Amino acid sequence: MASVTTGNMLEVMNLTRRYGARVAVDCISFNVQRGECVGLLGPNGAGKTSTLAMLSGIAAADSGQILVSGVEAGGAGMLALKRSVGLVPQDLALFDELSARFNLELFGGLQGLSGPVLEERVLSSLTLVGLAERAGDLVKTFSGGMKRRLNIAGALLHDPELMLLDEPTVGVDPQSRNAIFDNLEVLKRGGKTLLYTTHYMGEAERLCDRVLIMDHGRILADAPVQRLKADHGNLEQAFLHLTGRDLRDAEEGVK
Amino acid sequence: MNITAIRALIRNDLRLYRSDRRAVIVGILMPILIAAFFGYLFGQNSSDEEAGKVPIAVVDEDGSAITRAIITQIAGDSMLQVTPLAREAAREQVRKGTQQAAAIFPKGFGEQSVAALFTGRDKPHVELFVDPSQAMSSRLVQGMLAQYAMQEISKEAFNGAMGRQNLQQMLAELSTQPVTGQRRELMELMQSALRLNDLQAQGTAGDATRPALSIPYEVATTSVTASTGTPYNSFAHSFAGMSVQFILFAGIDAGIMLLLLRQRGLWQRIRAAPLGKGEFVLARMISTALISAFQITIIYLAAMLIFKVRIEGSLPGFVLVAGAFCLLNAAFGLMLATVGGSAPATRGIATMVMLLLVMMGGAWVPSFIFPQWLQGAAQFTPTHWAVNGLDAMTWRGLPFSEALLPAAVLSGTTLLCLAIAIWRFRWEE
Repeated sequence: MASVTTGNMLEVMNLTRRYGARVAVDCISFNVQRGECVGLLGPNGAGKTSTLAMLSGIAAADSGQILVSGVEAGGAGMLALKRSVGLVPQDLALFDELSARFNLELFGGLQGLSGPVLEERVLSSLTLVGLAERAGDLVKTFSGGMKRRLNIAGALLHDPELMLLDEPTVGVDPQSRNAIFDNLEVLKRGGKTLLYTTHYMGEAERLCDRVLIMDHGRILADAPVQRLKADHGNLEQAFLHLTGRDLRDAEEGVK
Repeated sequence: MNITAIRALIRNDLRLYRSDRRAVIVGILMPILIAAFFGYLFGQNSSDEEAGKVPIAVVDEDGSAITRAIITQIAGDSMLQVTPLAREAAREQVRKGTQQAAAIFPKGFGEQSVAALFTGRDKPHVELFVDPSQAMSSRLVQGMLAQYAMQEISKEAFNGAMGRQNLQQMLAELSTQPVTGQRRELMELMQSALRLNDLQAQGTAGDATRPALSIPYEVATTSVTASTGTPYNSFAHSFAGMSVQFILFAGIDAGIMLLLLRQRGLWQRIRAAPLGKGEFVLARMISTALISAFQITIIYLAAMLIFKVRIEGSLPGFVLVAGAFCLLNAAFGLMLATVGGSAPATRGIATMVMLLLVMMGGAWVPSFIFPQWLQGAAQFTPTHWAVNGLDAMTWRGLPFSEALLPAAVLSGTTLLCLAIAIWRFRWEE
């Protein structure tokens, strides 16, 4: 486990992930500064979710290096990585049959929290996403937007420095999306580092300082939002210019 | 080891179990109801004798004193419920299952049977219509017929006019043949029987003393249970069987839940936590075992309070067998989740295998009715050892030492299931 002190929250070097003969992530490298919000954009099958899976310790990389706060992930460093990272999965990671509080108690417990600390973190996370008053209600009674907000709260309990958000607003109405943005902006102002995947260019423009555009497992662009907008008119034009206009239905299987 | 995470997972599983009312109903109420039904069905201590009677039909085409007497005797038997019918009606009712068997006494039965008693020739044929699905009833009716027919036919032979006439005919036949030692003895026996018959005809003896052949012994049955005077409680066995069956259902549910969990975002959340494969497997084992222990405790509490089932043997032995089975169930659920494919397919196959194991284990019906080879094969099923172990500690009243072998077999099977589960468990993506 190598440990170096840098200004980067996250350093990714030559990261590769294969599924059989198919290369999902192809030797990518990038950094994320502390407190920065970086958008990871790409069409379906670009390799975004595979990248987040490796960064969160869910999937092992075939090669390459990940450093979180200067600590290399892997072996004993993997536990340190998991304690530093909060993952918001694309699929709702909630037990519908349990209350919001019970869900968060599980996720906090998995991170080693218990007793009054856990109670306090559960309450503060619920408060942040505006669900404190519904703490005792079953998740199955929640709207789609409320579930998405609770999904985010589930990643906040252990107060991670780095948050990985995999399309956290997918399938919600504009009001809920706006509420989620508000939550994420609060986190950003609080100094959290955010790495955020989305298909919505407007979201990236509103929230991100910088974007990485991925396709076919490679990073095609790594630039501040403002520069991409200046070069291409807007982020969507930049995206289409770099990734092309072909449909990606056949590549849906590889994320 | 992340003990806090293990505790959180266990607590969450228990909360999920508590929130699933269907699981609680299926896992606790159903086994109690079905065990009550089976216990009543196989009960030996039912006070309602009518419930256990075998319905049979009799067809008297002879109408002789002998057939009437046989039918009267059969009708008086506490194990049979006799209905006199015509031949075709009897066949129809057996076919429909209303009667389990029908005995037809043909014309001339009385006369021919008395003659055949001495000569062994020209025996009349009693037809027996049987329901092939009721093989036990058929054997019971044949036994009853043999007993009562022999009794009434011999009574007529030694006492009645038909018997006297037959004896005279037989003596006349024998007197025309060369006299040998054996034949002389036979003639003397017949002459004695004839004299006895004459005495009966003169009315010098009451009906109660009329001689007849009957089974020359009586059977005294003693139920060998925990101790002398402790009656057999058929609910004890049925509760053992149904506990085993429905706790295995819960094990399947636990396995399916894990399979479904892997297909949801929740799996990513769990995998992203600082938690190892061993800690996760341990938590699942403990939570499933605790749920199984809860189930068996409630089921046996109901058995004790409502159906008077008692742990006549060793209480620690009972706890040992029950605990070993709960751990086996947890390992079985884990193994299922690791070898299964899709959730519906896994549930279907697992349920089929589980029911087979439960049947072979003797949880539904006593295993002695199985063919010999199947009884041998049942020894290799953990359900057999679970049911036998629970039986041993309840109604059989056996000591702690008798719980050791069932517990050892169950623990061995647990280790096997666990080894397969750990080997097959995909933790890394």
